[in-house]
Amino acid sequence: MSEVIFANEMDEEMTLNMGPHHPSTHGVLRFVVQSDGEIIRKVTPDVGFLHRSIEKIGERNTYPGFMPYTDRVDYVAAMFANESWATACEKLMGVTVPKRAQYLRVISCELNRISSHMIALGATAMDIGAVTPFPWTLREREYINDFVEELCGARLTYNYHRIGGVSFDMPKGWRDKVRRWLDNFDPIMQEFDRLITLNDIFVRRLANVAVITGAEAKDWGLVGPNLRASGVKWDLRKDDGYSVYPELEFDVPVGTGAFGTVGDCWDRFWVRVEECRQSARILRQALDKIDEHPEDDLVGKLPKKLRPDGEAYSRVESARGDMGCYVIGKGAEEPYRVRFRTGSFTSMGIISAKSPGLFLADLVALIATLDVVAPEIDR
Amino acid sequence: MTPEAIFQRLADSFGAEAVFELHADPAKDKDPWFKVAPAQIEKVCERLRDDPDFACDYLECVTGVDYPSEKKIAVIYHVNSYTLKHRVVLKCYVDREAPALPTVVNVWSTANWQERECFDLLGVLFEGHPDLRRLLLPDDWEGHPLRKDYAEKADYHGIPTTRPNPVELFQLKVPVRDGGLPPAAAAGSAPQTPGKDKEAKAS
Repeated sequence: MSEVIFANEMDEEMTLNMGPHHPSTHGVLRFVVQSDGEIIRKVTPDVGFLHRSIEKIGERNTYPGFMPYTDRVDYVAAMFANESWATACEKLMGVTVPKRAQYLRVISCELNRISSHMIALGATAMDIGAVTPFPWTLREREYINDFVEELCGARLTYNYHRIGGVSFDMPKGWRDKVRRWLDNFDPIMQEFDRLITLNDIFVRRLANVAVITGAEAKDWGLVGPNLRASGVKWDLRKDDGYSVYPELEFDVPVGTGAFGTVGDCWDRFWVRVEECRQSARILRQALDKIDEHPEDDLVGKLPKKLRPDGEAYSRVESARGDMGCYVIGKGAEEPYRVRFRTGSFTSMGIISAKSPGLFLADLVALIATLDVVAPEIDR
Repeated sequence: MTPEAIFQRLADSFGAEAVFELHADPAKDKDPWFKVAPAQIEKVCERLRDDPDFACDYLECVTGVDYPSEKKIAVIYHVNSYTLKHRVVLKCYVDREAPALPTVVNVWSTANWQERECFDLLGVLFEGHPDLRRLLLPDDWEGHPLRKDYAEKADYHGIPTTRPNPVELFQLKVPVRDGGLPPAAAAGSAPQTPGKDKEAKAS
């Protein structure tokens, strides 16, 4: 876990090696921390332990054949990497996705967003020292895993989306199950607020810790909930209006600094709690509206040979923010170049800039509330 | 602003030798892009950020593409504006043998890690970068994997980089000690005993 090296016996400065198997690093990450007692002087993140060169793998596979690999970009929220790859290919090939498939994408993605935030919220609380919320959130995540398993047959690496649509329709009776769960979910979130979000000890622990201002967040390329917690109202679902999101009603929660400063750790936590509620709202509407579109219309019309020539960059709002997929085709069956731009990667960059002066224990809070996931950094 | 209008404004102020060749064929270039002279990239980016008509405050993505046939590496910048909601794509073509161009870390801090990744995987040198080290790969890794002519080494510190095909392994009904493994397994050191190999080398 951690080991201490005293650089100079007369000096208080020591070098702490945090990770790669530290419980608070959410995967395999390493930080070399130089600290003066409890106060951090410098943090050097060391990443790459999970690097699989997914971009090189993409160059060796056909366009549809690369889809299962994209699951591994972010295994906590695999649906978004699927969607990102699918939308990039559709944009490149000029494919229109049928409305029903788009609704199924929204439903699967919003379910996945809740389950991903459940991990983020529970793990944050556990890193801070509150163990109870983690099983609570994992219980909800288990329900969602069951739903997604019924939908596509997998609980973690879904491979559900296809270029031009999705692979399966909802099974019979599935919708009512999800609705029943949603009816329970809202009271559970209220209980969760009483348990931890508004808990006085927890609020004091996180408020005013590791404040990231809006300008800093933009400059460092933070995206998604981290950006919104810093007071920047930007959500691709609203501002880019992709898929069927313009037909659905939801709010974009923005950090307010309710207990401290805008952009502190508590704001980042709270924004995720609110996003779960908004996702539940979207799910309810999408489950109703999907009936307006005919069944068995799941995949759009694809060209006979998938050999596009050109380039496209697609953006989707994943659970960790703006996930971009850049694909260049050169008239072959395999793409010439694939690039994934992920939220965790840019979030990692800010840690070394923000951490000097923090307490060592607050570094754990910063990492946890930024919600970095190791495979998404390393790809 | 449309990418075409941004291109026109930039080309007018920086000159046709600094900002040139707008590619906006709707069939191919789904995001219109234009070329920027590598030496001018930092100034162009500064202009994009500071001019209130552009207000590009978010550098989405920095990446590189290797074109061995043209002997060039393209460094690609995707830039977005939160307030004006427009996007622009810039490409710098640098020489493949000695790829180097100025860094944009001083314009957007997020370029720090993204340029390090580009250096790591494609070997592009960003002049003036404060901390240009390998990011994802180990420090002693040789070569840049996203180059098209990259050939993987057979092993890294005694760890084989290839594995025998599991399908071929399952077809072996009876394990035979000598000559029973497929040639791929025999060529790289056998995967069942990498630990032993390592110990032998260490001692």
